[in-house]
Amino acid sequence: MIRVVLPYHLRRLAHVGEEVQLQVEGAATLRSVFDALEAGYPMLRGTIRDHGTLRRRPFLRFFACEQDLSHEPPDTSLPDAVASGAEPLLVVGAVAGG
Amino acid sequence: MSGVRVLVGTRKGAFVLSSDGKRDRWEVCGPFFAGWEIYHLKGSPADPNRLYASQTSGWFGQVLQRSDDGGTTWEPAGNEFAYDGVPGTHQWYDGTPHPWEFKRVWHLEPSLTDPDTVYAGVEDAALFRSVDGGKSWQELAGLRGHPSGASWAPGAGGLGLHTIVLDPTHPDRIFIAISAAGVFRTDDAGMTWRPVNQGLRSQHIPDPTAEVGHCVHRIAMHPSRPGVLFMQKHWDVMRTDDAGESWQEVSGNLPTDFGFPIDVHAHEPDTIYVVPIKSDSEHYPPDAKLRVYRSRTGGNEWEALTRGLPQKDCYVNVLRDAMSVDSLDPCGVYFGTTGGQVYASSDAGDSWAPIVRDLPAVLSVEVQTLA
Repeated sequence: MIRVVLPYHLRRLAHVGEEVQLQVEGAATLRSVFDALEAGYPMLRGTIRDHGTLRRRPFLRFFACEQDLSHEPPDTSLPDAVASGAEPLLVVGAVAGG
Repeated sequence: MSGVRVLVGTRKGAFVLSSDGKRDRWEVCGPFFAGWEIYHLKGSPADPNRLYASQTSGWFGQVLQRSDDGGTTWEPAGNEFAYDGVPGTHQWYDGTPHPWEFKRVWHLEPSLTDPDTVYAGVEDAALFRSVDGGKSWQELAGLRGHPSGASWAPGAGGLGLHTIVLDPTHPDRIFIAISAAGVFRTDDAGMTWRPVNQGLRSQHIPDPTAEVGHCVHRIAMHPSRPGVLFMQKHWDVMRTDDAGESWQEVSGNLPTDFGFPIDVHAHEPDTIYVVPIKSDSEHYPPDAKLRVYRSRTGGNEWEALTRGLPQKDCYVNVLRDAMSVDSLDPCGVYFGTTGGQVYASSDAGDSWAPIVRDLPAVLSVEVQTLA
């Protein structure tokens, strides 16, 4: 079970609490986790990753285990603690814009 | 008993204001989608319980919301707006080619006859259509594929397709307006388009009478007379009597011919409303007095409507989609301001009162007249 913590507005959009738990098939990567997240919550498509390119939206960051994973290639394996569910993957909105 | 529902999009959410036909007591519901920019929401003429809303955020992009119960509850619909084929480029501010990039939905225009069909005007300027209630969107690419498309350049607010006018007597005819390209018309349901800007004059572009490149702010039509359109341009209020083939200026005695919204009385096709704004450099009313101007002659002769509106120290703006009318008798007129007020008149503009005073900055106002 992989845990993902979403920012406030995406929790409201998806009607979920602070943390979402996901079953991910195969290796735990940014791509596989977000594929699973969007499969379970289709309203999140396009809000974290752009449609088509699946690139991270510019004002969002991905953190886990005190690491910034935002610039990692999408198929990079996530830390073991995230893959095991011990630690969550954090989707964080930039503090910007007023 | 008849009623009115006013749909208000703001910088920080949507609000639904409801009243019975007397229009003197209002219920305010919202905010819906709190914290998000709601550029526009509008109801289907074919089913007033079906509403569509454009919800956007710099962080999270575009969300499209749909309600089937008149705005009480909402569900996200499809939000993928993919340009058709290889998108190509348009002209950037510095004159260089710039790739087309989807940014947001500015305007939603539900079909006059089918609740599941809705058009979306987007930035960068393109027209999309959904025929499945907003689940999926297809570009009507003939518009952006017009030979002038590569030369379209954004206005200060972006290259937005902000106005969509459906012709009730010619189902295949649609007018759209783009800042800053101008008005385009299709007569074949969106397959092909041509600019209809003859007669527009814009001093701030290299060729003031160019076929394309005018900063049209909004156009409006009375459904009983679809060949007549009124336009608030960046400068000038204009009128066409031949479906856009030629335009004439009807600014007349307006204190300034800059502004954003324009709308038509529900029962008098020659009664039109604008809100003059001082200039493109100072986006507030002239003399700090908020005045709606009404012409009962289809332009040229205008009267200031001031009763109930602030006549000193007023520095709000009224944006292009922030005015609408109901179809009761007398006709109701509504507009919202960047100061968060929504004003209503239940006597065709003779007098005004605020429904609410302290919403976030208002981006759009649409009215539904309920049976």
